[in-house]
Amino acid sequence: MEIHGLGETLAAHPVFKHFDKETLDLLAGCARNEHFRAGQAIYSEGDAADKVFLIREGDIAVEISAPQHEPIIVETLRAGDILGWSWMVPPYKHMSDARALNDVRAISLDATCMRNKAEQTPALGYQMFKHFVPHMAVRFRALRMQLLDVYGTNKG
Amino acid sequence: MPASTGSSFILDDPAPLVEALLADGWRVIGPKLGDGAIVYDEIESASDMPRGLTDEQEGGRYRLREGDPNRWFDYVVGPQSWKKYLFPARQKLWSAEKGDNGFAIEPHEDDFPKTALFGARACEIAAIEVQDRVFDNGDFTDSGYKRRREATLIVAVQCARSAATCFCASMNTGPSADSGFDIALTELDDGGFFVECGSDRGAAILDRIGPAEAGTAELEAANAVTLKAAGMQTRSMPDNIPALLRENLDHPRWAEVAERCLSCANCTMACPTCFCSDVEDVNDLSGDHAERWRVWDSCFTLDFSYIHGGSVRRSTLSRYRQWMTHKLSSWHDQFDTSGCVGCGRCIAWCPVGIDITEEAAAFAAEPLAQEG
Amino acid sequence: MAQDPMLPRRYRVKRAWSELSDVSTMELEPIDGEAVPFAPGQFNMLYAFGVGEVAISISGDAADTDKLVHTIRNVGAISGALAGVSDGDVIGVRGPFGSAWPVAQETGRHIVFVAGGLGLAPLRPAIYHVLNNREQYSGMTLVYGARSPDDLLYADEIKAWKSRFDTEVEITVDHAAPGWTGQVGVVTVPLDRTLSGSNGAEVSAFVCGPEIMMRFSVMSLMAAGVPEDKVWISMERNMKCAIGFCGHCQFGGDFICRDGPVFRHDQVSRLIAKKEI
Repeated sequence: MEIHGLGETLAAHPVFKHFDKETLDLLAGCARNEHFRAGQAIYSEGDAADKVFLIREGDIAVEISAPQHEPIIVETLRAGDILGWSWMVPPYKHMSDARALNDVRAISLDATCMRNKAEQTPALGYQMFKHFVPHMAVRFRALRMQLLDVYGTNKG
Repeated sequence: MPASTGSSFILDDPAPLVEALLADGWRVIGPKLGDGAIVYDEIESASDMPRGLTDEQEGGRYRLREGDPNRWFDYVVGPQSWKKYLFPARQKLWSAEKGDNGFAIEPHEDDFPKTALFGARACEIAAIEVQDRVFDNGDFTDSGYKRRREATLIVAVQCARSAATCFCASMNTGPSADSGFDIALTELDDGGFFVECGSDRGAAILDRIGPAEAGTAELEAANAVTLKAAGMQTRSMPDNIPALLRENLDHPRWAEVAERCLSCANCTMACPTCFCSDVEDVNDLSGDHAERWRVWDSCFTLDFSYIHGGSVRRSTLSRYRQWMTHKLSSWHDQFDTSGCVGCGRCIAWCPVGIDITEEAAAFAAEPLAQEG
Repeated sequence: MAQDPMLPRRYRVKRAWSELSDVSTMELEPIDGEAVPFAPGQFNMLYAFGVGEVAISISGDAADTDKLVHTIRNVGAISGALAGVSDGDVIGVRGPFGSAWPVAQETGRHIVFVAGGLGLAPLRPAIYHVLNNREQYSGMTLVYGARSPDDLLYADEIKAWKSRFDTEVEITVDHAAPGWTGQVGVVTVPLDRTLSGSNGAEVSAFVCGPEIMMRFSVMSLMAAGVPEDKVWISMERNMKCAIGFCGHCQFGGDFICRDGPVFRHDQVSRLIAKKEI
């Protein structure tokens, strides 16, 4: 019952809405509900990337710390976004800190479970990557623009 | 019989015309010899003009030679154009004095006496007409230019020969001018001048001389002169160059010409239509007196396209491309005419001999496929 | 124009204040004659005595004829002198020049403003127009990106716009220190999100900011089905005369000062992705 409910919740998420029910049920086996309070750390740099989070409600800040200054928020994520891609790429470790900005509800998918299912069922793996990669591409494009620091040279 | 627009006469030499203009109070600017080239400067008599000289021009080359001593106008255009009078290279726009309510601005009007441009060639008249459009663009009028232009009388000389750099025939701007002059002279092969009256002002000057009327024979002789000059031209501009350049902004030829181009801006300074300018704000030491000057500028300089953060056209490629596409293509969009009149100055005065007609031909020969 | 377009008119600074560390706003009133009406998106040439002149967009409300408002970033000698004026100072003004945001023609549509950095200043007169005539439009969204929370222009005013029930305001910054609870990310991220909940065919978009930011924003607008002839951008090039004489601001066949600065996107789309035009 619990598992079936998560399958439906997954289906409501923009990344998974195109998956068939069979696939969703399979993935639901790796899923669980998560809740973070405002200010709570979701993961920290160096942590094992053992989960990926599908955000259902709330906002999350992705931060990078450096010794000489305050941590910098490099990106905020919102409902409908995916948090974390390090689980797909060895050595499966997080390279940033993630913190809830307010009350966050999410579904986490266990990374080992996901990787195993993808290995066992390549068609599922392909589907999964096909729907994850565009999200990553959007974020990379945005980061490239951030890198340009475009507002430093502005009209006035 | 009094002169009128369209009437034609005969003169033995240009001297009476220069005298009549001076007697009527005109400042006369005409061709003179200066620094080994034909330049335009004030003349006090026809004898100030460099009779008997002819020129040799090629890419990156200009030489004056002794020619037939009896011929008055066997040279064509030199490094200067009439632009320097109508659109001066440095021009004060206004001055301001600190005072009550911050400062007071005083407009500046330069002293421009009524001036006859003596010996303007067809391509040069075309160039003046191009700048007329630039400085009266529908929304705004350059009052200084307008004032100078209205105080200008044009005595054209129809070309009896072409230099190797000339290509006015293909631009439909020469070698003979059909209009745009007050008086036009054609130096006939057998000596003497065929004189056309182009305006009431021209007629008033001619009436001071009272020259003999021309007949059909002289008219035909004059036409033969300019026809022969047109026939001497070897360079030409492809007809479809506006579209060709618009569609070939990424053509590899730009990189090739940029390899040679020194970005020296000579072509823009010599060009009779190039109009780009910069402003200079100057102060005296007290800081109480300020002036604004307008000075010629060139799209070949790096600063030309500077916006905060850097210049837009950083490469020589982009600057040459801007100049050539503007001159031959986007000028049509802006002013409904080409910015090129085929005078060939940019070819002769380019230190490395870049030839705008050769570049244009390269695009015509191998255009990129049209952009989808 | 009765007056020689190259002659500045004197304006007195009624009030000047600092917006950000390097950005100031001034309210001006004419010393010589009447205030000249302007349309949203137009600019003036502002002259600092003895220093020089620079093109600055008008950032006030066109309906408020009592004052002329400019917001200026200090990026050099001239803009520095202008950004540093005090109440009572006198500066020279030529203008207004250039094309306008055709916001008054886009009634009945969902107006989306996309601003980057100081690009909010030239858009503000158009925003005022929509807010003053909100009932004529089916929707209004402002998506505004800045470098950091400290670089957000008109922050108090934005807060007031955000509190209106009939406007949607999305703010994002490129990076922030912890404590910032707003969005971090480039302007296209909230723009995409906003557009995904709208019917692109009903959107008329007005985009102003750095050219790269405008290019990317236009891609997002197109992808969301906003018609190309319903997207306007404001271009920036070097300007010396503002009346089409000096040649500096050419962009292909257009003079940014006369044909722009506001262009319908399809008028400039052929050249905007080309390098060094």
